Amino acid sequence: MPDTAILLEVLVIVVKVSVICGILFGLPLPLTWLERKVAGHIQVRLGPWRVGPHGVLQPFADMVKLLIKEDIVPDRADKFLFKLAPLLSMIPAFLVFVAIPFGEKFAIPFIGNEITLYISDMNVGILYILAIGGLGIYGMILGGWASNSKYSLLGGLRSSAQMISYEVSMSFAAIGVVMLTDSLNLLEMVRSQSGSFLDWNIFYLPVGPVWFVIFMISALAEINRIPFDLPEDEGTLAAGFHTEYSGMRFSFFMLAEYVAMVTIAVLTVVMFLGGWNPPLDISIFHLVPPIFWFLGKVVLFIYFFMWLRFTLPRYRYDQLMAIGWKVLIPLSLVTILVTGLMKI
Amino acid sequence: MEKLFFLMFAAVAIASGLAVVTVRNPVHSALALIVCLIQVAALFVLLRSPFLAAVQIFIYVGAVMVLFLFVVLILDMRKAVLQAFPPVKKRFVVGVILVLSAQMVAFVFLTPMGLGPAQGWEPTVESIGRVLFTKYLFPFEVVSVILLAALVAAIVIAKERQ
Amino acid sequence: MCLSAAAQYAPLWPLAVYFVAVVILVGAMLVLSHALGERRRGRLTSVPYESGVVGTGSARLHFDVKFYMVAMFFVIFDMEAVFVFAWAVSAREAGWAGYIEMFIFISILLAALFYLWRLGALEWGTSMKIRRKIEPL
Repeated sequence: MPDTAILLEVLVIVVKVSVICGILFGLPLPLTWLERKVAGHIQVRLGPWRVGPHGVLQPFADMVKLLIKEDIVPDRADKFLFKLAPLLSMIPAFLVFVAIPFGEKFAIPFIGNEITLYISDMNVGILYILAIGGLGIYGMILGGWASNSKYSLLGGLRSSAQMISYEVSMSFAAIGVVMLTDSLNLLEMVRSQSGSFLDWNIFYLPVGPVWFVIFMISALAEINRIPFDLPEDEGTLAAGFHTEYSGMRFSFFMLAEYVAMVTIAVLTVVMFLGGWNPPLDISIFHLVPPIFWFLGKVVLFIYFFMWLRFTLPRYRYDQLMAIGWKVLIPLSLVTILVTGLMKI
Repeated sequence: MEKLFFLMFAAVAIASGLAVVTVRNPVHSALALIVCLIQVAALFVLLRSPFLAAVQIFIYVGAVMVLFLFVVLILDMRKAVLQAFPPVKKRFVVGVILVLSAQMVAFVFLTPMGLGPAQGWEPTVESIGRVLFTKYLFPFEVVSVILLAALVAAIVIAKERQ
Repeated sequence: MCLSAAAQYAPLWPLAVYFVAVVILVGAMLVLSHALGERRRGRLTSVPYESGVVGTGSARLHFDVKFYMVAMFFVIFDMEAVFVFAWAVSAREAGWAGYIEMFIFISILLAALFYLWRLGALEWGTSMKIRRKIEPL
């Protein structure tokens, strides 16, 4: 019965897509709460407290507030581009998740059918992620330009120059991982790291740790987190490229930023930390479903990014560009040659 | 099904290509060009070369168009719009159009069109890499020199503008 | 043939479905916020923010040519990255000949990068210039 098979397949796709969409659109709620809580405790405050127990309902209050805010379009703004820009920054951030695997095949208990824990298994996975992830930059440039405000334009240009500078070294770090695992496919990358934690790419001596550091630094700059959050340099640029945005369109930029942070955490885990492979190849660890190892590592990284944010100061713009062009790019070029030497 | 998608992508590509030259605002026309290039990437996917599609988006949409937008933004917009294009003789324009359309016709009739992608051979990244590093070694090295020249040219232009 | 074509596009159907789903969700959010959003136009609601002062001049400013240069470098190094990607997956097959090729390729671009560095094209801000002016004093 080919028809029911096709129907089932379509159903599986629709279910997977809705699950991922639901998670991604819902994720900023716990993440904003967590970020503010982490900030509070690091700075010896309580953080959100009033709305609900321990302030857990705060994100919902924020959501309602953002929904009923006025959607202001400034005078003299380019109305079409101004309205389009938040979408341009958000949709690519979401599209990246198509190529990200969350686990191997997984049998559903009652139907006896196997489903895969990824939306789409692409042969050019990592290249797709880099290419689509890079498109978010248009939201910044066009949003900044269309607002017709000086802060926005300056912020947009600055942040896009930052993003393109670090995209180069991020691509090189991805190349490094591709060389270590011999594949552009993310699923293959995880498979090649199975075993104990010594098989993970981060411990692929001597080049693994170097690639990890290069990737981490450029990823932090790509997602505009401290110490590279120049786009939101309140002291000099107001709010950067989204100074003029309000309400839902503003929250789209924020949403894109949170999704990008999750993407980077997931990518780091897939590329360097063995994905869903447990840290030690012993039977007790294999009892835990792999997805928990995966999520655990991802949460660890998200916490790490938040921790950094409230610990480190911000770089100056010329220092930022110097780190990108004078340190990371030459270093990654040399490391590519070393990695190639190891691989031949 | 495949034909339907092809027609859709091709139609959007042509429409956005027309928009590039007809829209007055340079930023809008850059946006139209981005749309056009994404459609071309989709056409590459239909031709079963996902690698080329990804590279198309990576290079053209992700990098070259950013450069275009930067140039448009850095130039003073009002001046650039107000400044009329240098007057060009009509005869010259007609000549260029004639030559280009002759080329187009020749291309359509001389190439084996409509055969679709080669059967049984999928241009994977590996095969592209293999060909690039065996058969086309010399052109590959020339590429690096061209990139070097482009860098130097960028500096020279920037120095002049300063 | 028909089947193999379907298998070819297998990873793409979910992509299309996902794209449509994201666009619909985003559109729904916009419509919802439009319906619920407050609308109260004051005299100054839609004036661009300029730290609370009345704005002066146009926001279409001249920019440092540095931004153009960094975009140009980005295009060039991105191109390079794609070539290295093609090598990275076939490094073992390409063998030593491929490695030497890549060595030359990367060396030329490293040389280009150092050339830029020496020219000062990678310096941002005026700190270096100012320092040079101040030091003799």
